[in-house]
Amino acid sequence: MAAPFDQDLGTPARKSTATVSLEIDGMAVTVPEGTSVMRAAALAGVNVPKLCATDTLEPFGSCRLCLVEIEGKRGTPASCTTPVTAGMKVKTQTDRLADLRRGVMELYISDHPLDCLTCSANGDCELQDMAGAVGLRDVRYGFDGENHTQQAKDTSNPYFTFDPSKCIVCSRCVRACEEQQGTFALTIDGRGFASHVTAGMDEEFLASECVSCGACVDACPTATLMEKSVIEMGQPDRKVATTCAYCGVGCGFIAETQGDKVIRMTPDKRGKANQGHSCVKGRFAWGYATHKDRITSPLVRDSIHDPWREVSWEEAIAKAANGFRAIQEKYGRGAVGGITSSRCTNEETYLVQKLIRAAFGNNNTDTCARVCHSPTGYGLKTAFGTSAGTQDFASVQDADVILVIGANPTDAHPVFGSQMKRRLRDGAGLIVADPRRIDLVKSPHIQAAHHLQLMPGTNVALINAIAHVIATEGLIDEGFVNARCDLGEFQRWQDFITRPENSPEATESITGVPAAEVRAAARLYAGARNAAIYYGLGVTEHSQGTTMVMGMANLAMATGNLGRSGVGVNPLRGQNNVQGSCDMGSFPHELPGYRHVSDAATRALFEAAWGVALDPEPGLRIPNMFDAALEGSFKGLYVQGEDIVQSDPNTQHVTAAMEAMDCVVVQDLFLNETAAYAHVFLPGASFLEKDGTFTNAERRISRVRRAMSPMAGLADWEATMALSNALGYPMDYAHPSEIMDEIAQLTPTFAGVSYDKLDRDGSIQWPCNDSAPDGTPTMHEDGFANGAGRFMITQYVPTDERTGPRFPLILTTGRILSQYNVGAQTRRTENGAWHGEDVLEIHPFDAETRGVRDGDRVSLASRAGDITLKARISDRVQPGVVYTTFHHPETGANVVTTEHSDWATNCPEYKVTAVEVRPTNRWSDWQVENEAFRERAVRIEAAE
Amino acid sequence: MEKKRLTDMANQIAAFFDAYPEDEAVAATADHLRQFWDPRMRAQLKEIVATSGDLDISPTALSAIRKIG
Repeated sequence: MAAPFDQDLGTPARKSTATVSLEIDGMAVTVPEGTSVMRAAALAGVNVPKLCATDTLEPFGSCRLCLVEIEGKRGTPASCTTPVTAGMKVKTQTDRLADLRRGVMELYISDHPLDCLTCSANGDCELQDMAGAVGLRDVRYGFDGENHTQQAKDTSNPYFTFDPSKCIVCSRCVRACEEQQGTFALTIDGRGFASHVTAGMDEEFLASECVSCGACVDACPTATLMEKSVIEMGQPDRKVATTCAYCGVGCGFIAETQGDKVIRMTPDKRGKANQGHSCVKGRFAWGYATHKDRITSPLVRDSIHDPWREVSWEEAIAKAANGFRAIQEKYGRGAVGGITSSRCTNEETYLVQKLIRAAFGNNNTDTCARVCHSPTGYGLKTAFGTSAGTQDFASVQDADVILVIGANPTDAHPVFGSQMKRRLRDGAGLIVADPRRIDLVKSPHIQAAHHLQLMPGTNVALINAIAHVIATEGLIDEGFVNARCDLGEFQRWQDFITRPENSPEATESITGVPAAEVRAAARLYAGARNAAIYYGLGVTEHSQGTTMVMGMANLAMATGNLGRSGVGVNPLRGQNNVQGSCDMGSFPHELPGYRHVSDAATRALFEAAWGVALDPEPGLRIPNMFDAALEGSFKGLYVQGEDIVQSDPNTQHVTAAMEAMDCVVVQDLFLNETAAYAHVFLPGASFLEKDGTFTNAERRISRVRRAMSPMAGLADWEATMALSNALGYPMDYAHPSEIMDEIAQLTPTFAGVSYDKLDRDGSIQWPCNDSAPDGTPTMHEDGFANGAGRFMITQYVPTDERTGPRFPLILTTGRILSQYNVGAQTRRTENGAWHGEDVLEIHPFDAETRGVRDGDRVSLASRAGDITLKARISDRVQPGVVYTTFHHPETGANVVTTEHSDWATNCPEYKVTAVEVRPTNRWSDWQVENEAFRERAVRIEAAE
Repeated sequence: MEKKRLTDMANQIAAFFDAYPEDEAVAATADHLRQFWDPRMRAQLKEIVATSGDLDISPTALSAIRKIG
């Protein structure tokens, strides 16, 4: 029996193949073993009154409202905490139960404000509902006794308020914080009548360790925890199921609106990626969609030094098309290209690469995965034959040992981070390999067994050392290797990995990780029944990023940790649709479905469908585009939803390249840093304004549904279509579903995907085709896509970026929970309350030797450039390593990073830059000049 | 494109494949250049190899560049 969309069944579902039959109010019910009486009743259509129970949390049994009578049993047990038993006969409605429930409600209401008509929860209050359900007509105790109704409201959190006067102390918020989020920020302080919910050490919410995930707000049955947007605007009256546009977790959300106005975003319990949970970004930071900075009219100008001029869509599209065609006539077909967006939908990404290949007539298409997970695609395809992670998120619940390498899930993928923490609290072992002490190393009820605090840039030496231990201590799963892998490649790898130079003792001087620690970690990983690797950009964004991905694939194959739940090699993708943008053929060497452009049969398929001849040669990657622009052979760029000037390394190199181009077309929500170098600006549409699909890190394709009209009149796919038509290559789709139909027709792994199926199933994990009609949660169950798993030799090669007397420290960059990538979205929300500027973390030792105090302004200088920012003294980083984020354009973190990149993919080496830090009292020259340039570059002439 | 940038990138590719026997390393490096480099970059690299005498380029990369079309 499937639960309807909004129904709360009271307690969570239980997984059991055994079933139990019972009788509830005379009705026969059969449910999985372990199910509560309350849930069984709800599934039978009987709603037992409740307040402390909700089906997203384990039962608690405190409110005493859900009491039932069970034949043959004494008393009135709570139905939420009572599991069903065979033959049980339950009564949910008797006079005795009605009296008890009314009595309980009388007590609750005697200490609750009677302001229902003006309360923000009016119409969405479970206390109000239950008062009605139990037939409360009187409160015998009166309202003049000692109570809590005059307590002050905590409004410190930017997004929700905490009103203790309305709290019924049901503990749902406390349990949500523990069970769903795993932060343990809330507790019930005091006893009896003095019991009350507190955040942190009885602090304001904003000052506490609360991460503002919203789980407590969702769980609250009253107006105690309430969104400020609802307080200000009232209850929503329409719901649209969609997918979050922040990180690669791809949470299912309900956009709740009043007409065209979004009132709040709530996590969708049916979302298979997020399982009803959310983070501060997806739950609350959606206000950017209607921020005053949104550009809603197309803009053009002849020079980047001119002010912008508002024009019609037709004029802007014509100028863009004419600009590109003029360049191609003068400089050749390959002088223009484009960048697809990992924030846009699959359908939009597919159209942009199609425009480039079919209308531009070249393969100069790339995407921001270039600067994040391109090594994942290359490395995993080489090892396993498929450019994607191997598991679904739910798999982590079956892992016995979790190895987290170069990822910070609680900050960058917080909803999955919470799922991982749940498994860790339940007993899975944890190994963290990270130069920085991330929260996961030690947090409430979680302690990593090993924190391998390696020096940045030495990942490959570390993974080789772990593999060395496994290979030399007889820990290889020979059965798996013999059955699944290429044995010739395996033998070569074994010969390589067992060499003394790969031993932990030999690599200790490279990585800085004690050999004994590496050996213990290797034994823990290899000895687990199920061991899973999760990794992020701390793996990929290195000169040996691809080598490291292969090294992890080697480790998983050698230990047989592939092809079932609880294991695998799992990239945590950065942006919402990085996986999708790669799937859709955004890379210059691959058509959709990861098929090389030189493959004549694949090209013929697309040529027949698209009606044009396709270039068989790979095109330019993003960094190659910059180099070619400086050289003069690349003059025009179409950038959809990507801020390359802020996000790509060595900013001054990027901006010099941008200035060298004749026609730059930027399609975005805001006049971002890249738009400062553009000649045409096409206003973009947020995810709330269009239909489409995103594909998350677990290959899950989920629907994005329009909740409000496009503010500029067109969704992004419509603007791309207009540009293609103006370029003379016709595109005519009436709806994104038609684009998906074309993708399915041309891409074997998407062959079974359609909007109808997505509407039916909720989401689908590719491959989805005749072989896997319901999709593929776990890859490589019966074998690898390339026939046999391929062990690659992963020789450690030190980066060319070296420290020395001038630049003795290593800078590594990363992300923080409340901000997202370049911050274009989150900076235009209240999330600045947590992170208003980028700061430099520096170890106390390094700070002291430089005379730097906490909060001082410091100059951060590398061979590429220098910036000024505030220092934060922290022992999260080790001596010799400093850390910052790149969320704020005025800081310009990427002025400092260099063009060193991964050998296979040109993914920049953001994680290793040799720098020096010194106190300063002035902004850097770049910061001063950039601020002045930005002010000029965003001027818009007043409309005539 | 800048000569050093191109030769550094070619050297990096060769450095990965140098862990393999020489013939394989040269063939794999050449194949990588063919599969992932835009033709103008390959042409420039070949031109650099043909005309520059003071190249800081690895033997594997050099052999591979001579093999690519």
